[in-house]
Amino acid sequence: MERVSEFLVGLLFGIGLILAGMTDPSKVIGFLDLAGAWDPSLALVMGGAILVGVFAFGVAKKRTTSMFGGAMQLPTSRDVDRRLIGGSVMFGAGWGLAGFCPGPALVSVGAGQSKAIVFTLAMLLGMVIFEMLERRRLALASAH
Amino acid sequence: MTIDWSNFTPWSSLAGGIVLGIASALFVLMNGRILGISGIVGGLVKRRSGDTGWRIAFVLGLLAAPAAWSLFAPPAAARIDAGWLAVVAAGLLVGVGTRYGAGCTSGHGVCGLSRLSPRSLAATIAFMAAGFATVFIVRHLLAR
Repeated sequence: MERVSEFLVGLLFGIGLILAGMTDPSKVIGFLDLAGAWDPSLALVMGGAILVGVFAFGVAKKRTTSMFGGAMQLPTSRDVDRRLIGGSVMFGAGWGLAGFCPGPALVSVGAGQSKAIVFTLAMLLGMVIFEMLERRRLALASAH
Repeated sequence: MTIDWSNFTPWSSLAGGIVLGIASALFVLMNGRILGISGIVGGLVKRRSGDTGWRIAFVLGLLAAPAAWSLFAPPAAARIDAGWLAVVAAGLLVGVGTRYGAGCTSGHGVCGLSRLSPRSLAATIAFMAAGFATVFIVRHLLAR
């Protein structure tokens, strides 16, 4: 039952991305191109999502268990540090370079788009590199 | 700045955003988790046992979205201007960056801002600014 709900939420999220125009990299770049002919559509995507989200997370914050009975797993970290900002800047640079962020890239893989497949493989490799660097950092930290 | 009215899609983008918000709301209330694509996929790369089923179910939903969409509407437009090398570089940046930054457009941009998280606000400003800067460099400085 839980697996079905997760699949359906993924499906709904993917359909939302297609409807919003997020799976068209040229539209994403059109939003990020402030100096050119600017397409403000994606600001409305975020606005629409947050409009719903504010209520949902307001409710979620007050709950201790999810509807399936598990513990609520909301982030607790509040640090704004170099990792957060440096990582986000790297992500933004990659987003601006190709016009894909992770969700729309995966949806486009489902559509069989060759550049989205290559992008996603590179993204997974990037995540593997992160895990390797993290393991090395933790090993070095525990050695001292 | 000029507004690109010909490509502006306010209603479908707002509606798509609302769907993204509903999916994020369902996920946090039913599963107790943040709907963040980079975190969900990044957890698959880690291979921690017992923590993969829900991630795979969600990703399969994303991958199935174009097929579900095509049952009701013609395939959505998608144009990727970036070359192959740029696509690979972008994927690596997005993979490493979202893991260091602990989130992407969904986790920080939608869920984090909906939770009124200062950390997600900082991350969102950072990746947006980097996206704007990257498109400016690629489209207006290098393309000349």
